[in-house]
Amino acid sequence: MIRVILPQHLRTLAHAGSELTLEVEGPVTQRSVLDALEARYPMLRGTIRDHVTQQRRPFLRFFACEEDLSHEPPDAPLPDAVASGKEPLLIIGAIAGG
Amino acid sequence: MSKVRVLVGTRKGAFVLTSDGKREKWEVSGPHFAGWEMYHVKGSPADPNRLYASQSSGWFGQIIQRSDDGGKTWHQPGTPPGESPAPGPPRAESNKFVYDTSDESGKPLTTHQWYDGTQHPWEFKRVWHLEPSLTDPDTVYAGVEDAALFRSTDGGQNWKELSGLRGHGTGPKWQPGAGGMCLHTIILDPGNPQRIYIAISAAGAFRTDDGGKTWKPINRGLHSQYIPDPHAEVGHCVHHVAMNPSRPGVLFMQKHWDVMRSNDAGDSWQEISGNLPTDFGFVIDVHAHEPETIYVVPIKSDSEHFVPDGKLRVYRSRTGGNEWEALTNGLPQSNCYVNVLRDAMAVDSLDKCGVYFGTSGGQVYASADAGDSWAPIVRDLPAVLSVEVQTLS
Repeated sequence: MIRVILPQHLRTLAHAGSELTLEVEGPVTQRSVLDALEARYPMLRGTIRDHVTQQRRPFLRFFACEEDLSHEPPDAPLPDAVASGKEPLLIIGAIAGG
Repeated sequence: MSKVRVLVGTRKGAFVLTSDGKREKWEVSGPHFAGWEMYHVKGSPADPNRLYASQSSGWFGQIIQRSDDGGKTWHQPGTPPGESPAPGPPRAESNKFVYDTSDESGKPLTTHQWYDGTQHPWEFKRVWHLEPSLTDPDTVYAGVEDAALFRSTDGGQNWKELSGLRGHGTGPKWQPGAGGMCLHTIILDPGNPQRIYIAISAAGAFRTDDGGKTWKPINRGLHSQYIPDPHAEVGHCVHHVAMNPSRPGVLFMQKHWDVMRSNDAGDSWQEISGNLPTDFGFVIDVHAHEPETIYVVPIKSDSEHFVPDGKLRVYRSRTGGNEWEALTNGLPQSNCYVNVLRDAMAVDSLDKCGVYFGTSGGQVYASADAGDSWAPIVRDLPAVLSVEVQTLS
């Protein structure tokens, strides 16, 4: 069971609470978690990753276990604590004022 | 009894303002999509309860919202109202705007000019304008940044680019204005379903006469000092174009500087700035029943981008241009420093014609007497990006 925390606006779009849980088949990576997230909540497609390039939108960051994982390769394994459900993957909107 | 519904897009949400035909007392609903930039909200002429809204964010990108009950409830097309998302693949991709890279059109289709004059690839940013079909509630056009025209024929669930516009061949000469390289104006000809006008900052105006397959620039007569050839075929920063449906061949344009008109469907343009205090501005609109009565809001540019002299004045011409009168009754005439953006003026079709506009200061002003007098419907919304009006029976 993978735990994911979304920013407020994406919770509203997904009609979801502050923390989501997802089942992920196979290796737990940024890509596999986001694939599972978008399969469960299709309205989030395009809001975290670009529809075509699948690259992270520039004003979003991925944090876990007090580390910034935003620039890790999408197929790199996420920390064991995320894979085991002990710690959540945080999807964060970059602080940009307004 | 007639009703009026005013659809307001702001920097931080959308609002729906309703009144009876007297247009004196207003109900305010919103904010819808609080915190999101709402570039445009517009209703279908074929089904007034069908509304489309462009919801966007620098963080999360583009979302399309739809209402089938006049703005009471909203949903992303493909996900029925009130229904929670189900597991499995998405049933629709209503926020997927992907430029045409098909084999038929070639890839990449084109590049455009960047601010520094170098060539730059097209990058989708947001939907500026949604224009529902005049006859089919499920058909809607979207003008986007970077400039292109998309169409949905299934109520906003799926979008396809009308790539003949970018494929016209002048793309490398298009460039972004201060607000980005946006396709902001879409006008459907009520007498000729094959004819559509669009306008882009900063490329100019274009017209199709074959339903969007092929396009031609319609900028002859425009003069712009900020491009190397001031009379070039493309490169002009057109801010908005307006048309009275009863005379679809007559167009009125607010350009970066200059107010223009065309009597031949855009084939040629003549300046009609006349006695305006400044001919810079963003909005322009036409009276619903008097096709020679037009409205603009002059803005001081390029240094300031707010109304001149601290006075909010709508200017009206009843002669199709050149001779303008300032309309000030009910509008602030001191210490006012707001802007009125390109999609933030609209008219209703009641008698007398109602005129509406929204400001960067969050006021939405209404006139129930064709501009003779004005009163604010609301004063303290977030900065207004767009105003549209529906006249309901």
